[in-house]
Amino acid sequence: MNKKKNQWKAWLYLLPALVVLGVFTVWPIINTLRMGFLEGYNSAGERLGQPFSFGFANFTSVIGYSEFTTCLGNTLLLTVVTVPISTMLALLIAVALNSIKPLKKFFQTIFFLPYVTNSIAIGMVFMAMFSMIGVMPGREPMSIGIINTIIEAFGGTRIDWVNQTSGWGANFFVLVVFIVWNALPFKILVLLGGLQNVDKQYYDAAKVDGASRWRIFWRVTVPLLSPMIAYVVITGFIGGFKEYNSIIGIFGDTMGPNTQQGKWNTMVGYIIQNVSGFQGRASAAAIILFAIIFAVTLINLYVSKKKVHY
Amino acid sequence: MKVVLQHLTKIFPSRNKKDKSAEVVAVNDFNLEIPDGKLIGLLGPSGCGKSTTLYMISGLQAPSNGKIFFGDDDVTALAPENRGIGLVFQNYALYPHMTVQQNILFPLQNLKGENRLSKEEMLTRAYEVAKLVQIDEYMDRKPSELSGGQQQRVAIARALVKMPRVLLLDEPLSNLDARLRLQTREEIRRIQRDTQITTIFVTHDQEEAMSISDFIVVMKLGVIMQTGKPQWVYDDPANLFVAKFLGTPPINVFTGSVRGGALYIGEEEVLSVPGVEDQDVYVGVRPEGFLLDENGGLSCAISGIDVMGRDVSVVSTNANSLNPVVRSIISADEMGKISGESVKFNLKPHKVFLFNKETEQRVYFGEQMAAHEAMVAQMAEEGQNYVTHEGPLPREADDAAKEEVSVPVKKGFLAKIKEKFKKPKDEQPETAEETPESAEEPSESVEEPQAESAKENAPEGEQTDKEG
Repeated sequence: MNKKKNQWKAWLYLLPALVVLGVFTVWPIINTLRMGFLEGYNSAGERLGQPFSFGFANFTSVIGYSEFTTCLGNTLLLTVVTVPISTMLALLIAVALNSIKPLKKFFQTIFFLPYVTNSIAIGMVFMAMFSMIGVMPGREPMSIGIINTIIEAFGGTRIDWVNQTSGWGANFFVLVVFIVWNALPFKILVLLGGLQNVDKQYYDAAKVDGASRWRIFWRVTVPLLSPMIAYVVITGFIGGFKEYNSIIGIFGDTMGPNTQQGKWNTMVGYIIQNVSGFQGRASAAAIILFAIIFAVTLINLYVSKKKVHY
Repeated sequence: MKVVLQHLTKIFPSRNKKDKSAEVVAVNDFNLEIPDGKLIGLLGPSGCGKSTTLYMISGLQAPSNGKIFFGDDDVTALAPENRGIGLVFQNYALYPHMTVQQNILFPLQNLKGENRLSKEEMLTRAYEVAKLVQIDEYMDRKPSELSGGQQQRVAIARALVKMPRVLLLDEPLSNLDARLRLQTREEIRRIQRDTQITTIFVTHDQEEAMSISDFIVVMKLGVIMQTGKPQWVYDDPANLFVAKFLGTPPINVFTGSVRGGALYIGEEEVLSVPGVEDQDVYVGVRPEGFLLDENGGLSCAISGIDVMGRDVSVVSTNANSLNPVVRSIISADEMGKISGESVKFNLKPHKVFLFNKETEQRVYFGEQMAAHEAMVAQMAEEGQNYVTHEGPLPREADDAAKEEVSVPVKKGFLAKIKEKFKKPKDEQPETAEETPESAEEPSESVEEPQAESAKENAPEGEQTDKEG
């Protein structure tokens, strides 16, 4: 009897969380599925009593749009490039941080700063650093940004990073730098935590066995850290596929240089743009994104099962 | 390879660099010559500096002072990998992600230049060593799939595979259960005999050290107390600490005095000790040093008898005993002699050790001096130097005082806030008691009263710890 009473109490305590989850998570998921599979669905039409038939039209039409394929390509490219770079960098920085004593806390704070800063704000700072202001034909721009100033100070020629005449490579470079830098703190934190849990005796043993630092890193640190690395890679991929803030931070809601709107749009950007008028399409895109993340995560888990030593 | 340690000293600086008094001298002026091909046990209670000594020999810790020689080479400044040592860690430190074979191969794969072996040679070597420690059936297993004893043997194989000049073992048996410990102990002995590598191992278990060592080094608070063959050290302890540390059941210690060539425990004359000046002494009597005798000098009140098959252990009490009970082991045949509630003993002279009450150093009497000199002579003949600690023994009390000072009393933020809110409630009783106390002892640190209040308030104290 007592047990039953306690159960009743437990459910009561869970209720607020369940309600919130139900309203803001479970129902939207169900609704997204519904909207995605109703052909040509939009909420205005539904309110007017327009009938929608069940089918895959949303998916086929979304995949047909060149806009969408650009978004898909951008997302995949940015993710595939930035996740390995940021993971490697984070690993190196974490190992370095773990091996120094003086100023450790100081550097930890510095590397952790991006994590506690709004990524759109950081994006705008990046824009200010890279972009040129007041570009007019035949006239010196008002400001060329700190990066170009530095480049010119070292005798280089300025590059249009993110403005009208900027090329694909320059844009891509800025985006990668920004995304990697933004992704570092969380990864460093996780890896550093993992490193601090590694028994120091392994390193003593390796030292006695005459292993070089490089070998200790590859043969001892990386394998012992592999669960953390797997975690960081999986969450990194998931975060990468949801990339949106960085683009809007650097380019604004044109999602690309002013003259090339939507050039760097991503999956999430596409969904957001469609969500106000074409909920069916947005839902279909969201479901496709989910499927991709799901598949990649499965692959990640499969690979890590073979390579990770728990 | 002969190992020589000269004036080896290790001082751990205090956390607070300005406070010199909180320094810990882990090893203090350690002088020892370890002959080639022997198995040496460094023995002592925890905190005596034995592991630190081992790590200094390995090179993982740099000595604050002193020199280490392997043969004629001064290795003091060499990095661990260049010393040619094999080190087996207390919890083995086997790489969990590598198989047994990969673990054993790891040191070989690190070799560079002309020392580098071909792949086949490496494998042959690994299998040879694995066979030596009888682990060759499990080469493809991960360490987690092995028992504790097997892991231990893999760790030894990994240490042996690069053919070290010196093998170091840190508490090699402490992670094993009693049965395995016995077995592995023999195993280590066998491997050492087969390889003839100078082996130094560290243990706090005197039985372990006694059973396999060629000779043992008894340490206390960073200082060598005595060296020698286990049996010798047992039979001829140089001071009270060594006498108390070796032997199970432990030695019985009484307070006594020597008056006119006779030894008194309390008012009872128990033994004639010719040639000893009058003085107050501690009397150590090994459990096997008692003889049942109706006319014996030492009388004890019986509190129990443990029959252990061949032998009988008589548990009794004596007012002058420093141990809570006097434990004596007599032959089972003699049990018939025990009757009533008290028992009288005579003492076997060679099982009785006298120690000066002030210095706790050994006071020899009768034939003991000659036996001692014979032992020292024989050690010299075998190329070992007899080392004991001269002068007053290091006291535990010094250490206790140090610990009291170094206990950090940190106050968590939360605890502070709680205290603030709490104060008005129980202000009258608590502060009334505390204030005069702190006024009386102004020399004590300011944190002291805080620590007390934290202790009084258990949950608060816990939170303090967590936050710290």
